[in-house]
Amino acid sequence: MTIQQTLVSEETKSAKLLRSGLTLNEHRNMILQRTTSSGFYDGLETLDFKETDPIGYERIFSKLRAGLVNSREVAKKIAASPIVEQEGELCFTLYNVAGDCIATSTGIIIHVGTMGAAIKYMIQNNWESNPGINPGDMFTNNDCQIGNVHPCDIATIVPIFHAGSLIGWVGGVTHVIDVGAVGPGSMSNGQIQRFGDGVQITCRKTGINDTPLRDWLHESQRNVRTPKYWILDEKTRIAGCHMIRDLVEETVREEGIEAYEKFATEVIEDGRRGLTSRIKAMTIPGKIRTVAFVDVPYAHEDVVVPSPFAKIDTIMHAPCEITVKPDATWRLDFEGCSRWGWHTYNANPVAFTSGIWVMMTQSLVPTERINDGARYATEFRLPKGTWTNPDDRRTAHADAWHFLVSSWSSLWRGVSRTYFGRGYLEEVNAGNSNPCNWLQGGGINQEGEIHAVNSFETAACGTGACAVKDGLNHAAAIWNPEGDMGDIEIWELAEPLLYMGRTIKTNTGGYGKYRGGLGFETLRMVWGSADWTMFFMGNGYMNSDWGLMGGYPAATGYRFEAHNTGLQDRIGEGKSLPLGKDRDPGECEFEKHLGPDARVKRDKQCITTEAIFENGDLYLNYLRGGPGFGDPLDRETAAIADDLNQNFLLPEFAQKVYGVVITQNKAGEWSVDEKKTMARRLEIRKERIARGTLTQQWMESERQKIIDKDASVQVQQMFASSFYLSARFLSEFKQFWDLPEGWDLKEEELGIPMFGAKHHMDLSELPDVHPVIMTEQ
Amino acid sequence: MSTYTKKQVSDLVKGDLDWDTLHRMLSMPKDKGRYSHYMSVLQDQVSWKDKIILPLGPHLFLAETSVEKKIVTKCSCGHEYGDYKKNWKLNALVYVRDSVEKMEEVYPRLMAPDTGWQVYREYYCPSCGVMHDVEAPTPWYPVIHDFQPDLKTFFDWLDLPAPAGV
Repeated sequence: MTIQQTLVSEETKSAKLLRSGLTLNEHRNMILQRTTSSGFYDGLETLDFKETDPIGYERIFSKLRAGLVNSREVAKKIAASPIVEQEGELCFTLYNVAGDCIATSTGIIIHVGTMGAAIKYMIQNNWESNPGINPGDMFTNNDCQIGNVHPCDIATIVPIFHAGSLIGWVGGVTHVIDVGAVGPGSMSNGQIQRFGDGVQITCRKTGINDTPLRDWLHESQRNVRTPKYWILDEKTRIAGCHMIRDLVEETVREEGIEAYEKFATEVIEDGRRGLTSRIKAMTIPGKIRTVAFVDVPYAHEDVVVPSPFAKIDTIMHAPCEITVKPDATWRLDFEGCSRWGWHTYNANPVAFTSGIWVMMTQSLVPTERINDGARYATEFRLPKGTWTNPDDRRTAHADAWHFLVSSWSSLWRGVSRTYFGRGYLEEVNAGNSNPCNWLQGGGINQEGEIHAVNSFETAACGTGACAVKDGLNHAAAIWNPEGDMGDIEIWELAEPLLYMGRTIKTNTGGYGKYRGGLGFETLRMVWGSADWTMFFMGNGYMNSDWGLMGGYPAATGYRFEAHNTGLQDRIGEGKSLPLGKDRDPGECEFEKHLGPDARVKRDKQCITTEAIFENGDLYLNYLRGGPGFGDPLDRETAAIADDLNQNFLLPEFAQKVYGVVITQNKAGEWSVDEKKTMARRLEIRKERIARGTLTQQWMESERQKIIDKDASVQVQQMFASSFYLSARFLSEFKQFWDLPEGWDLKEEELGIPMFGAKHHMDLSELPDVHPVIMTEQ
Repeated sequence: MSTYTKKQVSDLVKGDLDWDTLHRMLSMPKDKGRYSHYMSVLQDQVSWKDKIILPLGPHLFLAETSVEKKIVTKCSCGHEYGDYKKNWKLNALVYVRDSVEKMEEVYPRLMAPDTGWQVYREYYCPSCGVMHDVEAPTPWYPVIHDFQPDLKTFFDWLDLPAPAGV
């Protein structure tokens, strides 16, 4: 955490929002100082309220938590966007005066941190004196340089007063369907800088006396493609915030202001202690190392961007060293990450650190007591200049999730090693899928209106395998704990895209003793649009998840799109149609049901920018599976037969990977010969030994490749970028491979554009801007 | 806090535990005694005498040798990878899937990584051929040393005496 110097201008002194007479910034700095010097939030070595009146303490917590959840459930019915109403992409959070979270609703709880960062930004940048903070005010924020994940998450923040003094804040966020970026859709491609990333609002006062300002309404609604959804999303946020403000006022009336304010501080220290006690109860102290990658294939002709310096293939690199300390706190150090880039996948440190709790609430802290306490028990280090902490104010963030979820997948593996070591096998998770593809696009829809879409079917990908059971099929996405693919009928209302089929995706779960959950696929045909574009957004050339303890990563993505399909003629003639199952992509099943002049793109290029789709064209939305756990040769044969009979697994890979000897009867049912399988598995083990090389021997040949600089440009660019930002990573790399002292690798050698590598300008260089920094960098 | 029998922990390890108990394990505070039952269950699964103190995978363990009281990394078949502080992978066999053909042995066409970007490294036991781990890094990436436990503190947390070799 950082403590910023107190602001002492005259206009600040005149502001008296707190009963203490302190400015908000002075108040927050004192909390940070007491926390830093004592190790306890706000110096609270004892939890007096909780210990002397546990029932009163719990009564306040239960009332607030229930009210937050209830407000979310009620408010989301106002929204028309399926992203909010169907998928539940919204969240409401209550903060104390300093902007630290007290309690939150269900939903996209990453925004515990992002809205808190916005409040802290207002505190630290003296919003108190200008534009002023008054009862009935509303502030709107979606600025990624303050900590927002991506511009489509719009937050409304409302201050809460009691007897003329500020006693806290409530924030509500919804994921809107479009923010007017260069590319249509909420998490689009095409833009490579902030200036094309859509409308960005920096903690702007957008309402007074509980009423949105007219200039704000007019301006904001014309800056997006989908004003109908935008308006109702805003009403959703305002309604939820006001319900929660009423709830706090009622709580204060019932319990007294003193009790409420004590609670609002103690509950955070309680949350801090909660995390440390869970770390001690579930994990193992020590060091865990892990890493994740994402392909950024921008050299391809189907990626059209405005600036030539972005037309390069690169790889995101996210190594992490997790240290679980003897005092049961922990440190997550991302030293060695690659540089930010000219794409929309960069992340702000707050998005990074806050998002981790979305994952940890599903294992390490699976309680309803999610607040900022967990952050105070965690040290994060996100080096400046990396994609986790850009040092340039031009960066785009529209799909920060693409990198974030990929880097977090490795953290599942890391903490799961400690759960496994202690015998808490039920908590082990081999990782999350990279939840994609994101089907996005826009144009003029079936209603004749300007429109944009982002299909949230990806909220139901396969989960990673556990150490005692398979992952869940088409069940979840890491960023949304609700896990819901949405109803076909609703998506068809929202998008000019008919379903030709929706079915489980064969062979997508990573193999293992327990396999990853399978993804699913939907084949969509454009129908009823006037002008329409779409694009793909996902992983293809690489996996971001790995397997765990002998399990394989999930299948990678691929792209299928078809134009000039002749389907309207085929429908008229009663001929066969592609109906949604692309069982084995090498077999090209869909193409067998298209007209002779169809143009098909079937390849690994899973990131594209807007392409024109006519009515009758096809788009395959393939949602990924999860990684596997344990050696596949240990998988029970009955489970493999079941996978075959449910069409979850292709027979070829049952034989090659799982080593089963199988037969199919006349009814098409598969069965496994146990005895022959046992013999075959022993043979496979022998084959492994025969084809394996001693690792230290293999290292000699790999070392020679490094000395010869024998690797693709994108691999070399990734290493060069990390080496430039981290002398430690370079030193450890050279030490591991025993490279000559003079060996080095610089981007200058690679003959590709290096915009941003050496010359950049940080947000903090703007006048009168004091960024909120809550991590080591 | 819930407690569980050795039989229940054994069923958990085998993947046979009934859902009600598994759900209780997930939803209730963790049972500190799990570790002791777990070690006992794992010890029953191996034919060797060295004392298992921490599993790194279904077939990979840190074990205290019965004579010298050293802590080594050891396969369920008995193969030893050396001192537990060293990365066991360096003493394993590795097979690198670094071509289209090798990748298509494990995934259908278009559903495996492009080996110009990413490879799979499979780590096998040199004696029994069990696959302990699959890495999926870029070419050139150093072999990952996944986990270096602080055993002394761990046994403090468990309120158990640490092995002599720690």
